[in-house]
Amino acid sequence: MNVFDILGPVMVGPSSSHTAGAVRIGYVTRVMLAEEPVEAQIILHGSFAATGKGHGTDTALVAGLLGMKPSDINIPQSFEIAKERGFDVTFQKSVIKDAHPNTAIITVKGCEGRTIKIQASSIGGGRIMVNRIDDIEVNFTGENNTLIVHNIDVPGNISRITSLLAKNNINIATMQLYRHEKGGFAVMILETDQDVTKEIIEESQCLTGIIKVTYLQAVEI
Amino acid sequence: MAYNSIEEIINKCNDNKISFYEAIMQDTCIATGKKEEENLERMRNMWQVMCEASQEYDSELKSRSKMVGGTGKLMDIYMKSGNSYCGEFILTVIAEALKMGESNACMKRIVAAPTAGSCGVMPSVYIAVKKKHGFSDEEIVKSMFVAAGVGEVIAARAYIAGATGGCQAEIGTAAAMTAAGMVALKNGTPEQIGHAVAMTLKGMLGLVCDPVAGLVEVPCVKRNVIGAANAVVCAEMALAGIESVIPVDQVIDAMREVGDNMPTMYKETACGGCANTPKACEIASMLEM
Repeated sequence: MNVFDILGPVMVGPSSSHTAGAVRIGYVTRVMLAEEPVEAQIILHGSFAATGKGHGTDTALVAGLLGMKPSDINIPQSFEIAKERGFDVTFQKSVIKDAHPNTAIITVKGCEGRTIKIQASSIGGGRIMVNRIDDIEVNFTGENNTLIVHNIDVPGNISRITSLLAKNNINIATMQLYRHEKGGFAVMILETDQDVTKEIIEESQCLTGIIKVTYLQAVEI
Repeated sequence: MAYNSIEEIINKCNDNKISFYEAIMQDTCIATGKKEEENLERMRNMWQVMCEASQEYDSELKSRSKMVGGTGKLMDIYMKSGNSYCGEFILTVIAEALKMGESNACMKRIVAAPTAGSCGVMPSVYIAVKKKHGFSDEEIVKSMFVAAGVGEVIAARAYIAGATGGCQAEIGTAAAMTAAGMVALKNGTPEQIGHAVAMTLKGMLGLVCDPVAGLVEVPCVKRNVIGAANAVVCAEMALAGIESVIPVDQVIDAMREVGDNMPTMYKETACGGCANTPKACEIASMLEM
């Protein structure tokens, strides 16, 4: 902790968890989509559903999906901006099992046809936790450089990715592995100390057994 | 985070013959890995955002629920009437705290200090201090480190959010931080800073977090005013040489004890207190429609 965890963030109100955190969830989702979003369905759970409207949670999530950060003064106008850009968003309220009170599920489609489904929660002070990607459980904050690798659960995939990072002198800070079922769909989450370049991401996508690679550059609170 | 108590900071100041600001800055440089000037620059930016938020206050704005808006302007008009009990300094504090709280509720840009819900306490006092007592931006920015350093200790020993410790933790911490900053600005001793924090927090012990309809509006905006006024009077007492009988760190621990034992209905759940009044229930059901 340091003084800037106490004073700050600079943000658009009214709530660090319901507004700033919601912008961040939208923003992180957009970065992981890596395309201009054209269509999104957003499910709001718990306190996001109950008090989200008054806190501007809906506006905040859309603002983030449009690429705005929590301090952007255009956040209140996000619905109008989305309309101008042809970005179609629908909302629904629902109960998500075992989820944090401030949780949203965003299913978003990009202009090139890529889709991604993110479940994330706003955990206080504008910080967030991504809980699921495409229905696979994960846990990361987006505060560090994060590499998300969808792959087939067979031997060798992890070493191929880590070797590639090592070759490029990138240090892995943390690493998590998740899978749907044995031999099925799996996800590795690697947080790195150095920035992962576009070239490395492209190279990783060509490796055997790797389905999809998404990179999230550290987003400061 | 090197400091776990205010006493530790005071001892460091006295042992090394350094100011409270220097003690916090030394720790900040280690924690952020950045030099004093870079840390100062980051804080200057926050002070600038606070000032901009005050200047850009729009009295026509209403929050999405329509519960909040326009009161900052009423206070300005009242101040100009010259018919008030208080002097211009405290009237400015009231007006600025209302403006910042309203701006936050109306989705304008603010600085969480330490939270968005309590964002009006610190800037209201600093804006009044600058306007009425001529302190420079640089003096204010340095004292913001003192305030934030106090906030760090409170966060480490207790809490700073209504959802975890009730409003005593949220507006209480904002007020305690502000009182510390005010004493530092007037070159009060480290001990006086500690007494100001202790007295401010003691006055807010037990305060519940009871937002109507779960929104950061009622009673939050006006509680920013109460917190700011509390900070001002406690800073004045400390500067006058008045001491807190209970040591500051023990007061912080008492705040934690009260928060730990506070029922969940008083922790931002909108189930108790002001949020549970017939009027609040009426407002909440209207907003749901």
